[in-house]
Amino acid sequence: MSQNTATEYEAVIGLEIHVQLSTNTKMFCGCQLQFGADPNTLTCPVCLGHPGTLPVPNEKAVRYAIATGLALGCSIAPRSMFHRKNYFYPDLPKGYQISQFDVPICSDGELAGVRIHRAHMEEDAAKNIHVGESGRIHGAGRTVVDYNRGGTPLVEIVTEPDIRSGAQAREWLQLLRATIKQLGVSDVNMEEGSLRCDANISIRPVGATELGTKTELKNMNSFRFIERGIDAEIARQTALVNAGEKVRQETLHFDPSTGSLTSLRSKEESHDYRYFPEPDLVPVAPPAELIEEIRASLPELPLEKADHFENGLGLSVDTARFLAFNAEIGAYYQEVLLEAGADVDAKRTADWVTGELVARIGADADPAESKVTPVALAQLVTMVGEKKVTNAGAKTVLDRLVESGGVPEQIVEAEGLAAMGDGDELAGIVDAALEANPKAVDDMKAGNMKAIGAVIGFVMKQTQGRADGGEVTRIVREKLGL
Amino acid sequence: MSADLIALSAAQAAVALHAGEIDAAELFSAYADRVAGEQIGAYLWREEGNPLVERPADFRSTPLAGVPIAVKDLFCMEGVPSTAASKILEGYLPPYTATSIARLQAAGASVLGKTNMDEFAMGSSNENSGYKTVKNPWDETRVPGGSSGGSAAAVAAGLAPWATGTDTGGSIRQPASLCGLVGLKPTYGSVSRYGMIAFASSLDQAGPITRDVTDAALMLKYMQGKDERDSTSTGLPDEVELPSATDLNGKRFGVPSTIDWSGVQPGVKAVFDAAVERLTALGAEVVEITLPHAEHGLSAYYLIAPAEASANLARFDGVRFGLRSEGEGLTAMYENTRHDGFGAEVKRRIMLGTYALSSGYYDAYYGRAQLVRTKIADDFRAAFNKCDFVVTPTSPTVAFKVGERVEDPLAMYLSDLFTVPMSLAGIPAISVPAGLATPDGAAQAAPGDDGALPVGLQIAGPAHSENALLDAAFAFERATEHMPAPWER
Amino acid sequence: MIERKDVEYVARLARLRLSEEEQERMARELGAVLGYIEHIEELDLSGVEPTSHVVDLVNSLRSDEVRESLPREAALANAPEVVDNGFAVPAAGS
Ligand SMILES: [Mg+2]
Ligand SMILES: [Zn+2]
Repeated sequence: MSQNTATEYEAVIGLEIHVQLSTNTKMFCGCQLQFGADPNTLTCPVCLGHPGTLPVPNEKAVRYAIATGLALGCSIAPRSMFHRKNYFYPDLPKGYQISQFDVPICSDGELAGVRIHRAHMEEDAAKNIHVGESGRIHGAGRTVVDYNRGGTPLVEIVTEPDIRSGAQAREWLQLLRATIKQLGVSDVNMEEGSLRCDANISIRPVGATELGTKTELKNMNSFRFIERGIDAEIARQTALVNAGEKVRQETLHFDPSTGSLTSLRSKEESHDYRYFPEPDLVPVAPPAELIEEIRASLPELPLEKADHFENGLGLSVDTARFLAFNAEIGAYYQEVLLEAGADVDAKRTADWVTGELVARIGADADPAESKVTPVALAQLVTMVGEKKVTNAGAKTVLDRLVESGGVPEQIVEAEGLAAMGDGDELAGIVDAALEANPKAVDDMKAGNMKAIGAVIGFVMKQTQGRADGGEVTRIVREKLGL
Repeated sequence: MSADLIALSAAQAAVALHAGEIDAAELFSAYADRVAGEQIGAYLWREEGNPLVERPADFRSTPLAGVPIAVKDLFCMEGVPSTAASKILEGYLPPYTATSIARLQAAGASVLGKTNMDEFAMGSSNENSGYKTVKNPWDETRVPGGSSGGSAAAVAAGLAPWATGTDTGGSIRQPASLCGLVGLKPTYGSVSRYGMIAFASSLDQAGPITRDVTDAALMLKYMQGKDERDSTSTGLPDEVELPSATDLNGKRFGVPSTIDWSGVQPGVKAVFDAAVERLTALGAEVVEITLPHAEHGLSAYYLIAPAEASANLARFDGVRFGLRSEGEGLTAMYENTRHDGFGAEVKRRIMLGTYALSSGYYDAYYGRAQLVRTKIADDFRAAFNKCDFVVTPTSPTVAFKVGERVEDPLAMYLSDLFTVPMSLAGIPAISVPAGLATPDGAAQAAPGDDGALPVGLQIAGPAHSENALLDAAFAFERATEHMPAPWER
Repeated sequence: MIERKDVEYVARLARLRLSEEEQERMARELGAVLGYIEHIEELDLSGVEPTSHVVDLVNSLRSDEVRESLPREAALANAPEVVDNGFAVPAAGS
């Protein structure tokens, strides 16, 4: 029987991540970096590649690259060089990209079980915008180049092929992103392209050590698409191999709207980039003291943070990791805790953030950009803890906060959502409930406390959820002498 | 009056301007008039106004007080046509000015025009200009040398008191030698490369082409210096001094015993031998040294320089500036633009450089050339333990006939035999007029001999030895019989 | 020594259109130059470190301070073709 089982395959995935550094200026010139500026307003002779101009590297970018490497457990090269990577494309003003080749600034690191092969410095390309007919004589479509982005400092991180699934890739990338975000060296905003990811994917029979032919999946611009794209490519390769066909080495594009993978037209010649040492630049040789200074100034990173959430605050492993790896949500959570003060329950606060709030705004959104301020959520969680509002009431308040912001206390007041405590009003409503449910009263007296459900239901309906279930039970028991 | 103005060297003119003996605007006009009528193809662009009339205050209190200067077309100047003598940059108006030129301007030099050159500084004869060939003022049937041939011809013809040049493998020294002038290639890094259209970045250095050694020192003084826009620039450690040495007592001059004289014209050899004797007469000690790898310098140079050039010239793609030749689609546009815009020699070097870097050939060619470069630098280090300066002829031949070597690139490349080793080692070297040879290069000649052509002596020193080098060249110049330049006749 | 197909390949890499005749000539001339250059193969260069630069400098960096960019008109002034305030070229492949 076992010999009839189809071979099982495992995927082998390596990632290449380009991170734009959030320096003030470009990698090799003093032009300002600014997303969304008018086209070609942030250029100079250097980043337009004018004849005779020369690059001068940005000290801050070098520092950020070192910090990134250290956060990823890399060794920092005592002396690294820049190289020219030669190819023609309109978004590449000099006809070569200044990058690093045989000696990258960072190498041999590891993050959460995924080994980092290298992390090197380079400059970003400009932006090509395809327009249709230009209205000019040439008729055919034109590509229009905006050099504002050209020359933005990048760190390119290349992992070893240590990832095995789309889900793992997604979770690991979220950790990487949170780590870089925490470092403060990049906005890591996927929509604006400050974090870009390519994946190299191959499959092999489980237990095999040799790597299969890999394909490259390009430019996926959200974590969800990365997971889906990788899984789709694994499925495609598995189907091919099962059908007795071969995987072809190619570059693919994943279309998230259709779930399809399309082969990108291969470049006209092989990748003969003719790398050679950049003669316009001298080596980067960071002194050991500088490296130690940067190491000492690294902030608490997400892996440490997850540990703190789990073991220090008592959150579950999953919640701790979710908060630590989702940089914005984690940061928001910590701020809510800070606003709420010492008495608040960290676990319950985490539930409000990762459960209720995320459910309302979406896991990809930054809560700090929602209308719910950390102060407001802290106040709401505190009110729940103090039983000033019930869970049900608090959810209504949160709905209002997400819609239009505001102060929880005022919303509770305005909408009459305050929890009913042990006051006469609640006792009166309980009386009415008992009167309206004689059968339930009999059942309870006969020892079937489950029957209280009908009574509580009545009270809740009457109070529109403002009554505290526990309090109602206490009053019922008291009144019935149970 | 005008002739008297032209007779002044740059240094003399600066002194006379400061003393109020001559008028800066008149000096400029005297040259500008000559430039307007020039027939030797020395200039590609000339200043039509007179900045000394238009903005006299810009010059009055400066060290150079308005002394006119010619600028090789390889230097970018804001709003001034800057083409590197290439069709691909026809009409290009840079939005900025090269640092070295800006420094000379700040010191009070006023630019007469841009001089012709071999396209992108690739050549040793100036026949590779995309616009016109330059004639050697000593004999208009001959080349002025290259690539700074326009600069050298302009100075030799009295079309400028001095001119900037650039030297990647000999492009200042060789035309200076062929035109009977002084040409200095400074230590790599002493003059900013920012704004100098790049040929081979690890070799390119700007420097002066002048009538005498004092002017060379004066120009270097104001063009050198560390520049924050050129991260390979260092400037010179010491202030450049005007030379004053009258003897060479205690100085040791090394003559490489490794020179293969078979490719050197007998007249050039004779002038060189006489020059070495003159050094001895000035008190110098002449010692024998070896530069065992110098003969491979040319090979290393013709791999490294084209390789760097192939990348440096990739930016000429018809997208942001310069020529565009349309084609069906992007690749055709690139290929047509570069086909139409570059001349034959530039294409040859782009091809050679691309080949040397391409997959499978890097180690055998570019990689190996870098190792040879190390050996050449080591050779010089060893030599400078035995001597203060190394001397060789600057060029193996006198100025050759226009057209003589155009069909044979290798023969043309051999013109750089003596100058490339210093470029590869990054050390300073100066060419000083040493004497004259007969037009066929067969024998030494005397001033006044019919058709006699100049021969230069190359003196090289260790990195940053410019002051000592200029002093040595100055002493040699004083002891050498004056050879009237064409403009003096 | 250098074949026509090498010439074609290198010309494509360098984005140079060469006519048939230019290709012929290029193969011949490059062959002659490479024939001369190849003498460096005979040198014993074991253990020699490459020199990509003669200057003995490291860490020639600039501080992260903004410098004024060019006005857009100046940036575009030399462009052969301008569309929508950008540098226009024939459509680039995806
Ligand atoms: Mg990259
Ligand atoms: Zn810029």
